[in-house]
Amino acid sequence: MRVGPFMCYLEANPATQLDMDNSVLNRRAFVLGAGAVAAIAPFLTATRVAAQDAPSWEEAVKKVAGDAKPATDSRFAFELPEIAENGNMVPFSIGFDGPMTDKDHVKAIHVIATANPQPSVASFRFTPLSGRAFVASRMRLARTQDVIGLAEMSDGKFLMARRAVKVTIGGCGG
Amino acid sequence: MTRPRIRLPESAKVGDVIEVKTLISHVMETGQRKEMDGKPIPRFIINAFTATFAGAEVFKAELHPGISANPYLSFYMRVPGPGELELTWTDDNGVKISEKTKLNVV
Repeated sequence: MRVGPFMCYLEANPATQLDMDNSVLNRRAFVLGAGAVAAIAPFLTATRVAAQDAPSWEEAVKKVAGDAKPATDSRFAFELPEIAENGNMVPFSIGFDGPMTDKDHVKAIHVIATANPQPSVASFRFTPLSGRAFVASRMRLARTQDVIGLAEMSDGKFLMARRAVKVTIGGCGG
Repeated sequence: MTRPRIRLPESAKVGDVIEVKTLISHVMETGQRKEMDGKPIPRFIINAFTATFAGAEVFKAELHPGISANPYLSFYMRVPGPGELELTWTDDNGVKISEKTKLNVV
């Protein structure tokens, strides 16, 4: 039997149970919660060990941008829900509203989830033939965290956008 | 991987910037999960996607385990003229799925 994705980061989501007012529900939630934690405790330890080996999000940013100091720009828009109910499937879109000419265009957009076991989510590469530097997809978020978008411009400059996302049920993000 | 779904506008003019939407079925196993006996479930994801139009690169993506199962991707293309859009997905086993879609340029 496999560990369901909803169990992987149970420890990081106490709010899902604490928010309930009804005392009967609270008791039930506590019993269920305690049982679940006991059942997966050995796996949590293993997950933590794995997480320590994983690169940090700072390293992921550095790998992409090197020593460049990314600027913010209102034309660089990163759309994410403020609250994601299911961390396994968080829709997002990211794009730069600017020229896409041979001389001046967005070469790439990188998405980095700061608290995922593997922070790099994806790198999207554009060409002047893209017409518009925009991409939409869906990502996994292990728990509540900040997500970073980095735009790599054709002149070597970098732009950064940062969004906080509250995750109700964490996904086994990688 | 099963046959992907691709959506393009019914027709487009040269110079138009059009949206391409794609969806493909894939488990996108992160490599972070474990069996109940503690054995790790190996990573198995689509790690690359490319889009070319009439042989010229339009868009490509490197995907990591943080992309959800059944990857959805939407991106744009400036129509350079008539031609076929070729989309390719590659998974960790090196299996490639390619789809060619003709764009109706008016």
